[in-house]
Amino acid sequence: MRHVLSALVQNVPGVLAHISGMLASRGYNIDSLAVGETEHHDLSRMTFVVVGDERVLDQVRKQLEKIVTVVKVEDVSARDYVERDLILMKVKAPAGSVRSEIRELVDIFRGRIVDVGPEEIMIEISGRENKIEAFVDRMRPYGITELVRTGRIAMVRSVSDEEATEPTDDEASVSSRA
Amino acid sequence: MSTANAAADTQLMTGADILVKSLVDHGVDVLFAYPGGCSMPMHQALTRYGDSLRTILPRHEQGGAFAAQGYARSTGKVGVVMATSGPGATNLVTAIADAKLDSIPMVCITGQVPTGAIGSDAFQETPMVEVCRGITKHHYLVTDVEDLPRIMKEAFHIAATGRPGPVLVDMPKDVQLATVAVDWEVPMNLPGYNPEPQPVAAEKVKQIAAAIRRARRPIIYAGGGIINGEASEELRELVNKTGIPITTTVMGLGAFPATEELSMDMLGMHGAAYANYAVRDCDLLIALGVRFDDRVTGKLEAFAKDAKIIHVDIDSTELNKNKSAHIPVCGDVKDVLTELNKVVEAPEDLAPWVQHCMELKAKYPLRYDKQFDGILQQHAISELCDLTRTMDTYITVGVGQHQMWAAQFYKFTKPRTWLSSSGLGTMGFGLPAAMGVQAANPGALVVDIDGDGSFQMNIQELATCFCEELPVKVLLLNNQHLGMVVQWEDRFMERNRAHTYLGPIHHDEASGKSAADKFAYAEERYPDFVAIAKGYGCGASTIRRKADLRDALTEMIEHKGPYLLDVQVPYQEHVLPMIPGGLTVDDMILE
Repeated sequence: MRHVLSALVQNVPGVLAHISGMLASRGYNIDSLAVGETEHHDLSRMTFVVVGDERVLDQVRKQLEKIVTVVKVEDVSARDYVERDLILMKVKAPAGSVRSEIRELVDIFRGRIVDVGPEEIMIEISGRENKIEAFVDRMRPYGITELVRTGRIAMVRSVSDEEATEPTDDEASVSSRA
Repeated sequence: MSTANAAADTQLMTGADILVKSLVDHGVDVLFAYPGGCSMPMHQALTRYGDSLRTILPRHEQGGAFAAQGYARSTGKVGVVMATSGPGATNLVTAIADAKLDSIPMVCITGQVPTGAIGSDAFQETPMVEVCRGITKHHYLVTDVEDLPRIMKEAFHIAATGRPGPVLVDMPKDVQLATVAVDWEVPMNLPGYNPEPQPVAAEKVKQIAAAIRRARRPIIYAGGGIINGEASEELRELVNKTGIPITTTVMGLGAFPATEELSMDMLGMHGAAYANYAVRDCDLLIALGVRFDDRVTGKLEAFAKDAKIIHVDIDSTELNKNKSAHIPVCGDVKDVLTELNKVVEAPEDLAPWVQHCMELKAKYPLRYDKQFDGILQQHAISELCDLTRTMDTYITVGVGQHQMWAAQFYKFTKPRTWLSSSGLGTMGFGLPAAMGVQAANPGALVVDIDGDGSFQMNIQELATCFCEELPVKVLLLNNQHLGMVVQWEDRFMERNRAHTYLGPIHHDEASGKSAADKFAYAEERYPDFVAIAKGYGCGASTIRRKADLRDALTEMIEHKGPYLLDVQVPYQEHVLPMIPGGLTVDDMILE
């Protein structure tokens, strides 16, 4: 089972090392870890993607909560949530038909071309993990020369009866609420 | 607050003085501290507070840290140790890891190179916080003297509350020297630390009481949580009310008087056979302040496999960690037992089960050869137990065979009187821990039952005992070998001695197979422990004959200062019973 955990932590030196050290020393496998400040500068948010059964998840959650600087841990994936991953990638795209093919794919996946060089272009794309992966697979044949990603971040949707019935397509819901 | 106090509270103070005053304000009356370049300002400050705070100089930082543990384990108060940066600090590491595994409240203060030099590989610089992340409950590198009053409050709060543990405070030298107008009223900033256990849900208590009422073969499995949680009285009440037999872990010894009929003594790898059989046969396991450690359970799936499990612990990560519980309860065991005792009723028909337990106890007693005319380790411990029964006695141990025999044959009746490095299993724990107990309990009889291997790992602390007038007694069960490893060699490795003999390498015992005689002694004994002890200024004697034991023990007990009794014992006596690692109660070795 894949779970997304979201931890609110005190923004103090060493907190990332403390948490990653705990996860490593207890042998938990983390697929992705993203960290950043929240709206309060003394708090940071960490988002983990953990693969494991309920027992593993329960232990990871409790072990995280036990760390003094961890304020709160939430299993986001147990609820209705939005998940995003942002990647930047350079793809070989010599001017000509290949380049326009790639542009078309970028449009379909709602990515953006953010830099154009003589032989390659840089693409920015965000979304759920499966969409990102599908896009990366599409780009492989052209030749990916460099790729960097933020890791998954996630947020629980606001809960109300009407919204709960909305389509769960992330892109659609995001635009409808924007 | 009076004006005079308010004025005093805002005076300029150095970091070193703030730190030491914080110790005094937190009720610390003894600490163990070894100075060095980066901790000198703190030591200078300690001399200014000498009236309210005794500083004991150990002879090795590890000794100081285990002494602080001895202080903490015997009193329940936070133990404090101080060391300088680099090697001084890293010498604390083993004892910190030890305190973490056994949940001992400690504040460990280390000097650090000045903040400007941190990260430059300066002389005696070690990234102590990095080293200790995984083995502390929490840790601080103090980078601003203004933070210090808050950090000291937090350090003591974290060490002592919830599941206790060690907290590291790393103090750069410039922070020790910096001055600041102190605000002692500064609040703690711990939004993520909520140690106050949830109030016990009435529903859970009812569930437990119902499970007990329905049980036909219940047993209590109690551990260090009872001792840390000061819940011995409540535990006793539960046993009295229900008549349920009780077994304890090595950390739980003393939580319930071993002299009571319903005490099934210690369970686990070297626990009493009757305790392990009773757990095998039970239908309800009431686990209180325990963590289902592998030395207790052996093969997890087979442990109490027909039983419903109630598990009460203050640390939620322990619930369902190793073994799933049918009724997991996260809470303070004292609160849970208090509530439970209000409603609990004895199971309907417990008599056949109690009779079964008593039969097991009669059939598989802890025993040893009483005919042997030399001194067996178990006999020495039994005699000591007999002689000290009515005294205010504390027992500390090293790690190995002597530790397990002490756990088996010394009958503890009170919590905090038995001190053992149980989770980490650190050899060398016994003498410095005894030193800490003695410092905290000046009038008590403190005996370190030790092995010659363990003893030599912190033997230098004899100097501290003498110089600081800590009249610790050492009962040295000296078999010239690393007995527990020898036992494994004997049992599982065709008695091939692999670096388990502690004498000169040209002796026969050092090479190849040793004598098959169970009662063989290693002759040409080494080293001369009596001469060493005397060299340190302690009283000492050595014995070998059984007839001399009682008088020698009496002489040791009555000696005014620190004393070492070197008891020569054979080296092929095995700790039994034994459940080999990872196996089950049915694989228990009895002979």
